[in-house]
Amino acid sequence: MTTTATAIGTTQVYRVYIKTTPQAIWDAITQPEWTERYGYCGRVDFDLRPGGRYIGYTSEGMRAAGAPEVGVDGEVVEVDPPHKLVQTFRMAMDPAMAAQGFTRVTYEIEERKNGVTRLTLTHELEGAPMLAVLMSGGMEDQGAGGGWSWVLSGLKTLLETGQSLDAAGHQ
Amino acid sequence: MVTYPAWVTDDDLVFKALADPTRRFLLDLLFQRDGRTLTELESELEMTRFGVMKHLRVLEDAGLVVARRSGREKLHFLNPIPIQLLHDRWIGKYRERHASALTNLKTELEGMA
Amino acid sequence: MPAGSDPICHVHRVYINATPEAVWSAIVDPDLTGRYGYGVRCAYDLRAGAAFMGFPCEEMRLLGVPSAIVDGVVLEVEPPRRFVHTWRMLISPELASEGFTRVKWEIDGGRFGVTRLTLTHELGGAPTVALLASGAMEDEGGGGGWSWVLSGLKTFVETGKTLGAERGTLS
Repeated sequence: MTTTATAIGTTQVYRVYIKTTPQAIWDAITQPEWTERYGYCGRVDFDLRPGGRYIGYTSEGMRAAGAPEVGVDGEVVEVDPPHKLVQTFRMAMDPAMAAQGFTRVTYEIEERKNGVTRLTLTHELEGAPMLAVLMSGGMEDQGAGGGWSWVLSGLKTLLETGQSLDAAGHQ
Repeated sequence: MVTYPAWVTDDDLVFKALADPTRRFLLDLLFQRDGRTLTELESELEMTRFGVMKHLRVLEDAGLVVARRSGREKLHFLNPIPIQLLHDRWIGKYRERHASALTNLKTELEGMA
Repeated sequence: MPAGSDPICHVHRVYINATPEAVWSAIVDPDLTGRYGYGVRCAYDLRAGAAFMGFPCEEMRLLGVPSAIVDGVVLEVEPPRRFVHTWRMLISPELASEGFTRVKWEIDGGRFGVTRLTLTHELGGAPTVALLASGAMEDEGGGGGWSWVLSGLKTFVETGKTLGAERGTLS
């Protein structure tokens, strides 16, 4: 699959509906015991207050393949648990992407009917076209994973079934 | 552009396949009687048909199960080669007689406990 | 899940913990198509050129919708990896007047029994359909659009349950 940065868009919006509570989704996004079980399977470290530091560590598997310890970094901008989290986001582990600077990620978590919660992730990627391709899954064929679709699908499978979507991560 | 190597090896496929109890149970079923259809295997498990399909796919990807079309259904067969390779890898250098002596001892000790 | 920057073409993607065959069944099997999303029961004749219709579930019928709420023509069928068809909403005269749009389902099997499902909706000349299908009118009773459908399909295939258990209602 080939994609171009211009086709991807400078603002990406992802939405998923999950049979769980807003608090469960909040925890799955912000707690390392959860983040290591889906998506890129790295532990996160959030200092959950405006100006607080955010670090997304790489997984052991990625490190064994040569990745540095810190995958993603940034800062918390706005926090309203368990409904809204805004942070900056930079792909620290790749020098070319890191040079394109910080982008902005917003999580909105809203309870709907019948125990279903809607999670909307908005990624503002002005000035970071390479990261835009990565997070849209445009580098999946190169072994870079499926980006946000993959992360959110893994989060949904984990919360709804208790299993990890891709056993390549953690069991 | 830096690319990220896929960090999952083929060894991982076999170990991840074996790490799940449902998949080990499917292997047991095929060991008891080989050449079974999805419908037959599904009837032995409390799981959706899609769930059994997924577990069989993981086993096929790891090379532990081989499926062959037979008319409208697929028949599933246990493929012992990956497990034989694991056996050879770590037991090969010991004579088999010693390895089986150790398992006999284990069984005997467990019987005494 | 990601909305393309091109307003007339939306791309949605989800990863499902099931085989491509399982996902294909959920998309085309008439006994399964009504078990998620808006609960629309479609019975496809899987041949290029064949017309199809989608019928509302009980809850929708009680709201007084037409007897068929979507229709279209099958364009391409390659089980279990590709399904392309036209699509027209019949639920109101205004939506019906916007005519046929084009829906492409791409089903890619990966390792560990995980399947990537990509839905591309080409919406040129159908602005209201586009709004509805993107979930932008969810709070006005338009439902969550394709994001809702794909989340529901994923939950149904992975757990056997209907997400929200109130399938088919538009609110």
